[in-house]
Amino acid sequence: MKLPRWFHLFGSPPFVYRLAGILSPWLGFLACALLLVGAYWGLFATPAEAVQGEVYRIIYIHPQTAYVGMMAYVVMAITAGIGYIWRIKLAHAVAVSAAPIGASFTACALVSGSLWGRPTWGTYWEWGDPRIMFETLLLFLFLSYLALRAAFEDRDKADRVSAILAVVGVVNVPIIHYSVLWWNTLHQGPTISKLDSPSMATVYLIPFLIMVAGFTLCFYWLLLKRLRGEIVERERGTRWMQELLQGGAP
Amino acid sequence: MKRAFFAVLTRDLKIAFRRVSELANPLLFFIIVASLFPLAVSPDPEHLRSIGSGVLWVVALLSSLLALEGLFRADAEDGSLEQLMLSPVPMGVAVLAKVAAHWLVTIVPLVVLTPMLALSFSLPVGVLPVMAFALLLATPTLSVLVALGAALTLGLRRGGAIVGLLVLPLTAPLLIFGTRAIDLGLYGESTAAPLYLLAALAVLALSLGPIAIAAALRVGVE
Amino acid sequence: MREALSMGGHAAYVWTAYGITLAVIIFNVWSARRKLLNALGEARRARETEGPRSQPKVRQLS
Repeated sequence: MKLPRWFHLFGSPPFVYRLAGILSPWLGFLACALLLVGAYWGLFATPAEAVQGEVYRIIYIHPQTAYVGMMAYVVMAITAGIGYIWRIKLAHAVAVSAAPIGASFTACALVSGSLWGRPTWGTYWEWGDPRIMFETLLLFLFLSYLALRAAFEDRDKADRVSAILAVVGVVNVPIIHYSVLWWNTLHQGPTISKLDSPSMATVYLIPFLIMVAGFTLCFYWLLLKRLRGEIVERERGTRWMQELLQGGAP
Repeated sequence: MKRAFFAVLTRDLKIAFRRVSELANPLLFFIIVASLFPLAVSPDPEHLRSIGSGVLWVVALLSSLLALEGLFRADAEDGSLEQLMLSPVPMGVAVLAKVAAHWLVTIVPLVVLTPMLALSFSLPVGVLPVMAFALLLATPTLSVLVALGAALTLGLRRGGAIVGLLVLPLTAPLLIFGTRAIDLGLYGESTAAPLYLLAALAVLALSLGPIAIAAALRVGVE
Repeated sequence: MREALSMGGHAAYVWTAYGITLAVIIFNVWSARRKLLNALGEARRARETEGPRSQPKVRQLS
């Protein structure tokens, strides 16, 4: 496969460092604007839901954070795989940057989910719910990735070993997803259903989608911000970094 | 390729049987931890029956983790692992042989012991075949995961504690389907679905697992 | 306004959930910024301590 010439620029740390520096304020501005508008809309400008009353308003942050967590895992696994196969250091840097963001958003989704569960299901934690179990296991996968990285002192080795773990993990994610899903149906326990998002009324759908867009942009904003720090850490001794420091630019 | 597979397998088996006391450790751990549960929870047979299958599965997972330290470490230290990588044998085949040896030596005894412990947890005799079958189908996957954990931590001086973190979240599907098969057996329903799923996972793990393990070993021995 | 803030008696749940999510975002921004500043500071310090001795070498190599 022949790639266009400009494509190789994305493997070059100085180019990506500068590009991220240009893009991240814009992304940050857009993300914050969308999140503020969406949150105001969802919290104050939509009517209360018929069954759940006002608590349903957590739907504007909980599914979105859960989705950012999953997206972070996929981004991490894909970039780690690219980094392992083609030995691109920058791809490893992206994978490393995605992990803590994904872990914190997944943890956040678990907390907001349990705050939602208490008034609607009557319990903070329901072991039988497949989505809770899936999110919990996803959080464990993130944490094991970070723990494995932290155990290695050599960054290059940590990159490659943790990349293998990330790829194995992403193969396992659908298996884990379906196993917890079927577990419940095999279990024939009480099936608890939340608001079904596809059948959501338009009034709720618009702020919901604004928040989805806002959180997605927010993830990439945070990713680029972290990536810049990661690049500086990795490229400390190189010439372009020395020149950058000489110029006194951040 | 077949000859290479059996050569690695018999070599590993020979080495393992030279250190029988080490082989016994995971088994002893298994028995001791399993017998702590009646002490800690309740000796009531009804109670034990309801938790029995889950407890035995979790303890089996944990004790299989105990045995992984010797899986690649000794070979990496005396250089035989590097020799194996330099040889024309595909690394995946050699890895599969090593995993098979590990499975035969440490996991099969666990599978043999489990039904006996299940009886002591007053599970009915009727479920024991299902339990043994489920374990036989699930443990190859478990062995692959444990070997992956061992391979990933090969470059570390002390990999012990972290391997549990790496491997245990990945074993959730095994645990789910394994205990479900036994529960369905307890209620006298068809256990085919979870057993098929366990078999599917084993096929997946045995075909893709060695590639990942070989990749991790290559990084580890550098 | 007061009514809207009380969330039909579930204020504690809704506002805690929003607050925690906001805190997670802010934490991520803060930690990313700190990482960048730390890395830059360290790179600067390394340049100063290693001084001009190592710098030409780096230049020649690349």
